[in-house]
Amino acid sequence: MIALEKRPQPSQVWSLASPVVAVVLTMIAGAGLFAALGQDPVAALIKIFWEPVFGPYNFFYLPQLLIKGAPLVAIALGLSLGFKAGIWNIGAEGQYIIGALCGAGVGLAFYPMEARWLILPLMLVAGALGGFVWAMIPGLLRVKFNTNEILVSLMLVYVAEQLMASMALGLMKNPEGMGFPGSRNLSQYESASTWIDRSYGMHWGVVIALIAVCFAYILFSRHILGFQIKLAGQAPRAAAFSGVSPARLVLFCLGTSGALAGLAGLTEVAGPAGLVSIDFNVGYGFTAIIVAFLGRLHPVGILLAGTLMAITYIGGDVAQSSLGLPGAAIQVFQGMLLFFLLAVDVLTNYRVRIGQRSVA
Amino acid sequence: MNDPLLRLSGLTKAYPGVVANRDVSFDIGKGEVHALLGENGAGKSTLVKTIYGLVKPDEGSMTLEGKPFAPHDPRAARAAGIAMVFQHFSLFDALTVAENVALGMENPPPMGELAARIKDVSETYGLPLNPSRIVGDLSAGERQRVEIIRCLLQDPKVLIMDEPTSVLTPQEVEILFETLRKLQAEGTSILYISHKLEEIRALCDCATILRLGEVVGTCDPRETSAREMAELMVGGTLHVPERETKVEGEVLMQIKGLSAPSPAEFGTSLKDISLEVRAGDVIGIGGVAGNGQDELLAALSGEIRVGQGQITFQGKDIGHLPPDARRTLGICAAPEERMGHAAAPDMSLTENGALTARKRKNLTKNGFINWRAARGFAEEVIETFDVRTPGPNNAARSLSGGNLQKFVIGREILQDPQVLIVNQPTWGVDASAAAAIRQALLDLAAKGAAVIVISQDLDELMEVSDSFAALNEGRLSAPRPARGLTVEEIGLMLGGAHDMEVAHVAS
Repeated sequence: MIALEKRPQPSQVWSLASPVVAVVLTMIAGAGLFAALGQDPVAALIKIFWEPVFGPYNFFYLPQLLIKGAPLVAIALGLSLGFKAGIWNIGAEGQYIIGALCGAGVGLAFYPMEARWLILPLMLVAGALGGFVWAMIPGLLRVKFNTNEILVSLMLVYVAEQLMASMALGLMKNPEGMGFPGSRNLSQYESASTWIDRSYGMHWGVVIALIAVCFAYILFSRHILGFQIKLAGQAPRAAAFSGVSPARLVLFCLGTSGALAGLAGLTEVAGPAGLVSIDFNVGYGFTAIIVAFLGRLHPVGILLAGTLMAITYIGGDVAQSSLGLPGAAIQVFQGMLLFFLLAVDVLTNYRVRIGQRSVA
Repeated sequence: MNDPLLRLSGLTKAYPGVVANRDVSFDIGKGEVHALLGENGAGKSTLVKTIYGLVKPDEGSMTLEGKPFAPHDPRAARAAGIAMVFQHFSLFDALTVAENVALGMENPPPMGELAARIKDVSETYGLPLNPSRIVGDLSAGERQRVEIIRCLLQDPKVLIMDEPTSVLTPQEVEILFETLRKLQAEGTSILYISHKLEEIRALCDCATILRLGEVVGTCDPRETSAREMAELMVGGTLHVPERETKVEGEVLMQIKGLSAPSPAEFGTSLKDISLEVRAGDVIGIGGVAGNGQDELLAALSGEIRVGQGQITFQGKDIGHLPPDARRTLGICAAPEERMGHAAAPDMSLTENGALTARKRKNLTKNGFINWRAARGFAEEVIETFDVRTPGPNNAARSLSGGNLQKFVIGREILQDPQVLIVNQPTWGVDASAAAAIRQALLDLAAKGAAVIVISQDLDELMEVSDSFAALNEGRLSAPRPARGLTVEEIGLMLGGAHDMEVAHVAS
């Protein structure tokens, strides 16, 4: 007989070890998957995890690490606030899109004015505000009408996608674009570009993600708000007794995660992506959910998890181009990671007991 | 009674770090009401669980009617004729009495037949109960009857009752005792667990006293004084709270026409409650569970906001203020449910200290928490209230119920409140710790604070209160001086006869 037994206290060791164990299990299962696809599993894993960082072409891939990692980390940090409090913002992808649209809209409106000191800050504000407002929709609906924020935020992703398509084909379309869909390229418009140093992959999104890590760390370790967020997630009645206002907490968590997702969207659209196009979003908002959990909802953990996830993105591209692995394989890989993580996580609060006990 | 029905010999059960039972032996005769006495952590639960097949002993054996008895699960124990009424009911609020009973049966008969049998058993044993009522609408006493009838339908040889009277009014206790005596007369043995010594003296034939997992004494409760039994239980002399007579203080808090709907389904709304709370006063509020105790505490603590003018503190309207603002003014509270309400189970004691004390203990500055001060405060609570724990970094859920209760009450008292509201302050706490908590409440009142004690333990209320009021279906009776109240009067107040004139007519 195998039985699960609740631990008197959550295990510190397992709480740290379970992401590592989950990564290892994912690699093993992934190897099986690649073998089933007719690939040498070891070679595929080396391609995905080793090549981008230590391979001979890493000068090309390492900047990519910053570019892919920054939005993941920024969005996941925002999501982690809500997840800790039991507020499930699943629609970061939509907030990311709206942030990008608002920020890009400001940038495009000033074209071709040359005033980086004015335009870029305004774009940042607009991006954050766009994401914030988009996240406030599920937030206010939940506070006022007790709707489910999971459904509302998720459905708003599809609204945002439609809005973006209409922008790319209509209002924001590049008048000099020879009829192709998509806006002007903001990354080539000096005053609106979020690039800091293109050759290193350095852009404002990276800076924002790192600042957000520091802020989130301080929030959770020292500030009463972080304490209240944790409390509300773990024991809602105790939170109410302590004096936490659930409505304010919902708005704060959703608003902050929306603003961070919006900033990530803006820095992406005016930097690495360059323009508003119909296929601008690549799923960072969803992958960030995995990043948040893989990082234990802890700021430093999220930084590490975001880096790992960025590697799988890049490694997936490498494997796709050089080994011909299907693109979906890497998504399966990321999905498995979350799956194993949640499974191994049980061990933080429970221990496995084998045999005896119920045998007479 | 010459041949024992159930014999326990040398039962030992050890858990990592503690020995819950060490070499426990005693006999229960046929038709005997046997009391099992002991403080919290004395090993009563483990022992009972062993008999009920939930725990397998490391050593020792049991015999039932002379045959070896080693149930490996509760089903086997029930099949052998052991039935148990737990302290916490396992009933579904939304289902009827008959449906709840059917859920606990291996092969439930058709509903109509079952209802008839329930009716039959309830009449035979004097436990009035309508099988078609919804459990959510029943009082705690009636819910207990559902549990008892569920057991009686199995025709048990031994009925185990864990603290059965803690949720009953004195009148309901009488009904229960009648039933138990009837069962006894029919030859059913009863293992009766309680810490209420007077009850044991009234009901039981024999008592076994456990301390730290070992049998420390057996006695005939009818010939032993309650004090002697208590001292055997505690292993020392018992400290009874002391109080000084005092002058009437100024009015601190005024509750006027307080009405509020319950936030919970099947909760009780508060209806037109009025109360004057004076400095130095201890007001005891009795009542059977589920008559608005949780709601009253929530309305006073600030978890439920109420209308204008319904609660004033030192002349200021505070009904709209959230809990933190009320704490800042000096109103602290300790709810009944420790896990998840008064404390967050997965958080450390340091964090749980900051949960309510951050305002009054200045644990935050500009929103930043001073964790060192918070830790210091938690240590102070642990030290002052003798909370048994390795340290403030341990999670609240690692503490036993009684220890966590001491922490929760201590946390509020050490904030030096002007008005303290507590609900079931000594629920599940052992006798000596309960005495310490009551003494701390009285000391707080002696310093000039007002204390409102909501409790279902009438002995406790009589021990600490200056005045007594009863909650019944969300209404509060007019408070009366506690000294001189008789058990009958209290029973009538609890039953909803708020006005003594009516009571006379009724009786």
